[in-house]
Amino acid sequence: MTGREGQSEPPSRRTPVGEGVEPGAGRRGWGAGGGRAGWKPAPQDLQQRRGEGKRPRRTGWARAGERVIEGIIRTSGVSAVLFVLAIFFFVFREAAPVLFGGEHFKLLPFLFSVEWYPTSASNVRYGTLALTVGTFSVTALAMVLAVPFGLGAAVFVSEFCGPRLKEALKVVIELLAAIPSVVWGFIGLTVMSRLIVHFTGAPVGVNLLNGGIILALMSVPIIVSIGEDALKAVPDSYREAGLALGATRWQLVYRVLLPAARNGLLAAVLLGVGRAVGETMAVLMATGHAVNLPLGVFDSVRTLTANVAAELGEAPAGSDHYRVLFLTGVLLFSLTFVVNLVADLVIRGWRRK
Amino acid sequence: MTDVPFQEPTSEVSGLEAGRPGSSPGGAAGGGRRFVRTAFVRRKERFEAWARGVFLAMAAAMIVPLVAIVGHLTYEAWPSLELEFILDVPRRGMTEGGIWPAFVGTLYLVGLSLAVAAPIGVLAAVYLNEYARDNWFNRVIQLAVINLAGVPSIVHALFGLGAFVYAARFGYSILSASLTLAIMTLPVIIASTREALAAVPRAFREACWNVGATRWQTIRSIVLPNSISGILTGVILQVSRAAGETAPIMFTGAVFYKAIARGDLFAYRLDEQCMALSMHLYTVTTQVPNVRESVPYATAVVLLASVLLVNATAIGLRLWLRNRKRW
Repeated sequence: MTGREGQSEPPSRRTPVGEGVEPGAGRRGWGAGGGRAGWKPAPQDLQQRRGEGKRPRRTGWARAGERVIEGIIRTSGVSAVLFVLAIFFFVFREAAPVLFGGEHFKLLPFLFSVEWYPTSASNVRYGTLALTVGTFSVTALAMVLAVPFGLGAAVFVSEFCGPRLKEALKVVIELLAAIPSVVWGFIGLTVMSRLIVHFTGAPVGVNLLNGGIILALMSVPIIVSIGEDALKAVPDSYREAGLALGATRWQLVYRVLLPAARNGLLAAVLLGVGRAVGETMAVLMATGHAVNLPLGVFDSVRTLTANVAAELGEAPAGSDHYRVLFLTGVLLFSLTFVVNLVADLVIRGWRRK
Repeated sequence: MTDVPFQEPTSEVSGLEAGRPGSSPGGAAGGGRRFVRTAFVRRKERFEAWARGVFLAMAAAMIVPLVAIVGHLTYEAWPSLELEFILDVPRRGMTEGGIWPAFVGTLYLVGLSLAVAAPIGVLAAVYLNEYARDNWFNRVIQLAVINLAGVPSIVHALFGLGAFVYAARFGYSILSASLTLAIMTLPVIIASTREALAAVPRAFREACWNVGATRWQTIRSIVLPNSISGILTGVILQVSRAAGETAPIMFTGAVFYKAIARGDLFAYRLDEQCMALSMHLYTVTTQVPNVRESVPYATAVVLLASVLLVNATAIGLRLWLRNRKRW
């Protein structure tokens, strides 16, 4: 009844069409039909139909210009794909000669040997196992430290604190995420190493533990923000149902929210892992940079990323050493690609649900 | 908003805690005698308090490092912190003096990378948000954006070296380094621009389409003006990210040392190498012996302060924008 009345209103009393930017105006005019949510205007159709009729004000130039602009927009849209492909192509192109016929290079020792002597005069060996183990041990240690804190902080920000504190904490998270990696490395090298020597009595402060702590601090912000998104995506009706049964907040978090947001939280952890694996400057400066298999947290290690950063400047362009470093880049690229892909699939699964 | 339902159990628990007959808020039938704090309820409350404390500590554990880092670095850098430090050139084999060449170099790198990344990033976001349908091809694009954000910075460096320095023959130059930075920071702009575009209500577009505007006319006259501040936030975040990166520029255009005049703003040409703040911090920390104690700290403070200031601007802009929003 009321809807009919709205339609029979004189046109002058309704919002002028020219100023129809006000969202409420359009909505009232259409009424609340059930199918409206899925309704989608197709401007292409409008455009086509208009093209048949006569529209004197739109010149050919205007239409051509628009087509050009839309072309540019589409090209930019595809550019991300082109860049990812270009990254793989150019890194792989530099690495390929050594992969298919390097003098001292074989794929199996490259992946599974711990002997990294790229500049040896008599017997050059390119084994990256120690570096891979270094990368994974630092990442694992960082995750052991960062995941509980990151998820705990995400739960606190999402479920336990008031709106003002929430805003403040989110700003802190953002600023923490903004600290450049070279500053983190600098902190690891100066402050953290001194703290480690002072508190643990380790002979050197730049080691696996140092790198792990620094990387943990760097990955916590990403875990918190993605984890908080995941918790926010859990419908409020779940919370209300839990509270109606007399659950405390802790019970709600433990029994309802964590299982419901499981996929999103897993994705948060995976993105943290991705960040930790790919981090370069911080681990270069904080882990001590010694090629060996770590036996404890006070051993120095070297990671795949730090190795490239340290040696690329010294390797003559086009040499085997140079190409092996690019091959390490291919390895890293593939590694993070897989991690990100899995994280994306996990997120997608959680969104679909 | 989510906090409203949570207030209820707390007040109910405190009602239980009171436990006196007749004083219970909801005790219509049994005069409140029914709500006794059993051992089960007490255990529940204990757990609640305990969990709250632990989560609070975990959240606080994020604030401590930020404050400690900024405080400690500033304290150590104090002897060198003055305007002269930024304006002066490095002296005595970089062990003393200022950071002007690095500061200007970073400005150049950031400016040029911004000029490349901002248009591409904004237009890519426009495509993804305004044109793309939900099909496999656009899912591939989104996956590419996510992966571009996840590619390690050192791989970007290798790419820049292989593509721009050698393949495109730009050599070791500001141009190569900026392009590398631009590609690296592209996802930052795409992500936040998309968010800004998605915040413009669909009804705005529908209204515009209904008066006969084409898709591009709608974008130009309705969507972009209504999301410009959000887009700006993304661009600012790109600046902060680009200013802090070290690895991608290390092998594409940044050098240890370059002699330029003190306070000279137009010191570099685009086909030259330059110094950069982040690279300079790495150099004076690890490569140069006998540096005056406070110099690396002061460099770190200048870098950190610039990045955090830029970020704070973005955050402030976003908060201001949220308060101003009319829909």
